[in-house]
Amino acid sequence: MSRRHFLVAGGAVAATLGLGLAPARATPAEAQEAIRRVTGSAPIRQGRVTLELPPLVENGNSVPLKIAVQSPMTQADHVRAIHVFTEKNPQPYVAVFRLGPRAGRASVETRIRLADSQTVTAICEMSDGSFWSGSADSLVTLAACVETG
Amino acid sequence: MASALVHVPATAKRGEIIQIKTLISHVMETGYRRTSLGAVMPRDILRLFVCTYNGEEVFRVEIHPAISANPFFSFTTVATESGTLAFTWTGDNGFSATESVAIGVE
Repeated sequence: MSRRHFLVAGGAVAATLGLGLAPARATPAEAQEAIRRVTGSAPIRQGRVTLELPPLVENGNSVPLKIAVQSPMTQADHVRAIHVFTEKNPQPYVAVFRLGPRAGRASVETRIRLADSQTVTAICEMSDGSFWSGSADSLVTLAACVETG
Repeated sequence: MASALVHVPATAKRGEIIQIKTLISHVMETGYRRTSLGAVMPRDILRLFVCTYNGEEVFRVEIHPAISANPFFSFTTVATESGTLAFTWTGDNGFSATESVAIGVE
């Protein structure tokens, strides 16, 4: 084996090992599956849900996320829950916010982790049982979850 | 004891929508990271945040590892009557913290 071949082969082995050590990532298909577990077979309509997420994120460990849903928030017509999903984090399900007519306004804020540049989706569950969805994309330069402590 | 910060307006008009902001110090270890020796760092996260207004639940978050360290939540509620807003965070390894704030409603 020539020196060059040895280096190439060694590089390939190192790359394989590197991949083997990388943390598990969910795929967009797994995110869809997680969403289906929440909504069941009910149709999901686009709209009413607005996500505010910075388009470019320097540090994926803490990304501000604001979600607002168009709803009168009355006893008869209100938001019951807002579910948040990511497509490439190790676990697609980020959190669920449960609220009701006493919230007055369907608007929540938090900070989330993003393991990669990806789309964040919010699924909103209304009091009439319908589901609405909105999403936002973010480009992450330093990802969360992967660094060693 | 974990330190929690809660921001609630001291007084509000009846029927007014008030904004509440909460922050608690917590590592939120995801369970996906490894030490430099390759051992998995065990998960240690908050699982639940609940806000009650005079004993009645008004807001709840079920939390997964993708919520950042030192979880921050901001939400709204309608000022219905004078009383107490109570906040509870619970999590792995028996973690529990509570905080309460008085609100005056005219």
